[in-house]
Order: sequence, then C-alpha cells, then structure tokens
Amino acid sequence: MNNLARIVILVTGLVLLSACGPQTRTDTRKPEVVDHSARGNAGQDTGGNGAATRGLKGQAGVSIGSLDDPSTPLGKKIIYFDYDQSDIKDEYKAIITAHARYLASHPGARVILQGHTDERGSREYNIGLGERRARAVRRMLLLLGVTDGQIKVISYGEERPAQAGHDETAWRRNRRVEIVYTSRQ
Amino acid sequence: MRNPVIALLMLLVMGPAHALLDIEITSGVEGKMPIAIVPFKWNGSGAAPAVNITTIIRNDLYRTGLFRFTPEERFIERPHHGGEVNFRNWQVLGVESLVVGSLQPDGKGGYFVQFQLFDIYSKARVHQPGVPAYKIRQLAGHRLHVAPGKLRLAAHRISDIIYEKLTGRRGAFSQRIAYVTRITIPGKGPRYALRVADSDGHGPFTVHSASAPIMSPAWSPDGKRMAYVSFENGQAAIYVQDLSSGNRKLVSARPGINGAPAWSPDGRMLAVTLSFEGNPEIYLLDLASGALRRMTRNTAIDTEPAFSPDGRYLVFTSDRSGRPQVYRIPVSGGRARRLTFEGRYNASPAYSSDGKSIVMVHHDGTGFRIAVMELSTGQIKVLSKGRLDESPSWAPNDSMVIYAAEYRGRGVLHVVSADGRVSQRLRLQTGDVREPVWEPFRKP
Repeated sequence: MNNLARIVILVTGLVLLSACGPQTRTDTRKPEVVDHSARGNAGQDTGGNGAATRGLKGQAGVSIGSLDDPSTPLGKKIIYFDYDQSDIKDEYKAIITAHARYLASHPGARVILQGHTDERGSREYNIGLGERRARAVRRMLLLLGVTDGQIKVISYGEERPAQAGHDETAWRRNRRVEIVYTSRQ
Repeated sequence: MRNPVIALLMLLVMGPAHALLDIEITSGVEGKMPIAIVPFKWNGSGAAPAVNITTIIRNDLYRTGLFRFTPEERFIERPHHGGEVNFRNWQVLGVESLVVGSLQPDGKGGYFVQFQLFDIYSKARVHQPGVPAYKIRQLAGHRLHVAPGKLRLAAHRISDIIYEKLTGRRGAFSQRIAYVTRITIPGKGPRYALRVADSDGHGPFTVHSASAPIMSPAWSPDGKRMAYVSFENGQAAIYVQDLSSGNRKLVSARPGINGAPAWSPDGRMLAVTLSFEGNPEIYLLDLASGALRRMTRNTAIDTEPAFSPDGRYLVFTSDRSGRPQVYRIPVSGGRARRLTFEGRYNASPAYSSDGKSIVMVHHDGTGFRIAVMELSTGQIKVLSKGRLDESPSWAPNDSMVIYAAEYRGRGVLHVVSADGRVSQRLRLQTGDVREPVWEPFRKP
C-alpha cells in the first residue's frame, strides 16, 4: 500500500517533471511570473537570461574551479545568511556566480536549493524564511542565465540543522542555502 | 548483561515504541481551592494494580494550578465511601472538597471503580433530619466499569468529573496530546514520529514515522483524524490520516511549501500555507472537492493560519511589516488587520475556545516566550520563562497551555496553567519532543 502510494507519487512526479520541462523552456516568461513578488526584477529576467547565457558561452575558458574542490568557488556549495535575512551577502556572490556559469554551460545539470534557518522562532514561519533564502539564490542564478528547469527549491526551515547546539555558533552555520547537485551533466 | 545481543534487541524493541514522556513539576504555586483525596482502597485479593488512580487524579488536578492539596499525613481518618466520612474531621483541616473511593476486580481482567466528591464547607448545605450528612454534601458519585488496561483513562475521567463539579468548566484530562519526536538511532540517522499520548504523556502510540521531518500536526474537530506535514517524498506534503484505521490521504503536494494545516471548525476545510504561486500565502482547501481559495496576497511570508472558534476569522503570522506579527482576516474575504504591536516577534497564534484571547510565540526582548493576548484589550501576559519556547496549544477548556521548549540542549514539552502559576515538563529519555497539540473536545 505504502509502496504503491510511493510509486504513484513518483510516477506522478515524473509526469509533472516532464510536463514542466519543455513548458519552462518555451515559456520564457515563467521566471517573471514566479518572481513577481520579488523587488523590482520582473521584466528584466527574460532579457537578462538570453544575454547572460550568450556571455557565459564566451567565457567558457575562465576557470571557476571544480565541483569537488572546496578551495574553489564552484566547490563551495553553502551560502550563509544573517538572522531573519535573505539578502545574499557580497562574499557569497562569487560562489553563486560560479554555479551559475557551471549550470548555464551544462544544460543537463540540475540542482536543488535547500533553504534552512536557525531554530529561533516558530517552525512554519521558518519554513517560509528558508524558502525565501533559497529563492534569493535561485533569482540570482536565473539572472546569471541558468534555466528555470534546472533549479528546484525546497525549504526545510529549522528542521535539518547542519550543526546541533543552541547558541550563535550553531545558529550561524544553520542559516544557510545548500546547493545540492542531483545531476552534473 | 550476560548476553549483549539480547540486551541490544531489547533496546531496539523497547526503544522508540516505548518512548515514554517523563513528567516533572518545574514550578508550582499552591492553588486556592483546598481539596483532600483519600487514597482509593483496593478491594481485591492479591496486589493492587500498578496504575495508581489516586496519584493520577491528584497530578491532573495539580496541573491546573487551581487546587491546594491537604497532605495525607495530616488526615485524621481514611474513609473510602460516604458512610465512613466524619465531616468534622475534614472541616478542622480546612478542607473544602473531599474525594473518596475504592476499586475492585470485575473478574474478567477489568475493574469497578467507585468514587464520591463531597462539599465540606458549603453553608447552603444545612442539616436535614433523617438524611445522612454525606448525602446532603455529595457533589458527585459514580461507579465506573473499567475495561482491562483502561484504568488510567478511568482516572482521567474521574479528574474531569471533579474538575467540572468544582469549577463549572468541562475537564480536559481525558483529551489526548499529539506531538512530534525526533530520535537519533546510532548509524541510521534521525527518525521522526508523530505520536499521540494521554494528556499526562502516558500510553503513547505512533501515528506515523519517517526518516524525513514530520511537522505541524493538527487534530480534526471530531478528534478522529490528524493533518500533518511530511517531507518523506523529498518535498513538503500535507496528509490527513484517520487515527483508528491508519489510512491516510495526500491532500497537497504542490511545488514549494505545503504547510501549516489548520482545520475549520466544521472539519470540511483546511487552512494551509502554499507557495506554488511564488510566495508563501494562506489558502483554504476544501477537503471534499480539493478546491482552493486564496486568502492572502502580498510579497511577505503569510503562514500559520488558525480559525476562530466561530469559523469567521483566520489569525495568522505575517512579516509584511518587516518582522513577524499576528494578523486577522475575515474568512469571507477582506483586509487583514494587525493584532500585535507589542514585542518584535509574534507568531504561531491560536484562539482560545471562547474566542476571547490568542496564545502565541512572543519575543519580549529576552527570549522567545509563550504569551496570551486578550483580544478586547490587546493586553499580553507572558506565561513561560524559556529562551526558545514555541508551538503553543490550548487545552480545549482553556485551563492550560502546552508548548515546546529547549532544556539542557534537548526539545521538551511544558504544560503551564493558564494563569502561569504551575508548570510541568514532559520529556523523553533520549531525543527531542516538539510541536504538541491538545485534542479538542469532540464536535459531532
């Protein structure tokens, strides 16, 4: 019963995915619709997408590092945030840019952006905050030419802390977005 | 342990399934109503049952913060039914209410329990010639036939009857609590479970468990079903599960957030938080048809909806002002009105059953606390003293609030009387317990 339900959900998910994929590619306005709540970037996404993608192809030779080398921007996959904030701090922009270039030049690559918060405050509000953080990273990736269909967003709120503990030392490591590759090609 | 394999198996078998909540009283102030409970007499051959009815009743009543118990060592007599009571012996102790009782086996593994509640002091109850004093003074007298294994439940029922007779309000000790546990199994990672137990933490059973987070349990108004959020399929999804059969239905798995389910008082709708349209917004989901109605529309986080008892309003958390605050919106549609202005963080609101106040998470400048706000005046009363208190839920008679807290690095539950005077802690031997919700009084 459980297994059957799982299969049904899985199959439904696959059908939805395959239905979404082409739609997303042809309907270039979709990022706009999804992001209409965000500050003043509606309308810029579409144009920005095309331009950035062309630019990236031109820059293919520039080294952004390796996904497996944590000493390079591409090897870093965690973006940290201030308390109750979702603004991307300058120090993390190079990391997101590196992933944007990789994703734009590997159209088959897929990422899940996992949004997380520290444990303070209510749990469902934190689910909202974690999603807001993941969407901030997603928005920057889209502006840098990544296709919407390459990105999935999930918020775990405070449910999956990276570090146990109940002080600022743990909290600052838990306010984060993790870039998780589900496909590298 | 001579046989480590057997010891390990015992641990595995007894582990999470028997994850009992331990109770300790963390702060207590003597209540105003003096009461004496004489230990119930065991009228059977052999040992008395391990379940101590007297202790359960006393603990139930104590948690409300309303009662002052006369200690047993001061008792002059130990009667077990009305005919044995000499009322003067209780008047001299200042006792106002007296409980006596006994139990005996029914011969089929169950019990008969009888008890009486007496009013010792009431001036209205004058002497009547030819009528025994205990009959005049008796407020309640019951004989319960208790099925095997149901002695604890019988004790909670007796507490309910005593509470109602003495306060005029329905007792909520027989109502259960649901909560989420997170227990790490070595080598296997965390295991999440949604559990239901008696209001004092005893007799837990598992509703659902998974290796991915489970969140936001919500009782249906008839107490028969539970809505909750599970991440078991790699994304948040809302399920409704029938508690007796275990059958469950997936009610929302849209892209993005599927969270914060709250039942309408008629049990036909769930208010939920969804983000598939780009931003966390509150929707009403009709359970029969699956139809959605969007209730909020802005760029902020809108979440944690809860219905008013009359079903006409939703309260919810929104950070449209820059920080999380509590708002109210008519279910029929219209503008949201901000309700909280005191404190930089107010969230997770829930109406009391009389609709006159809400309990919520409130940051008072020193920590995340549980507070009650009276809606007519906006006045806030802080009930808790912790640093990371969250997830408050009213007892269905508004006499107590249960919430989650952090204690020595672990998640525990606290039960606090509505006046904040008595507090108890419920915790697991290992792991975290969180997101408690009190079972409502059943609506047909």
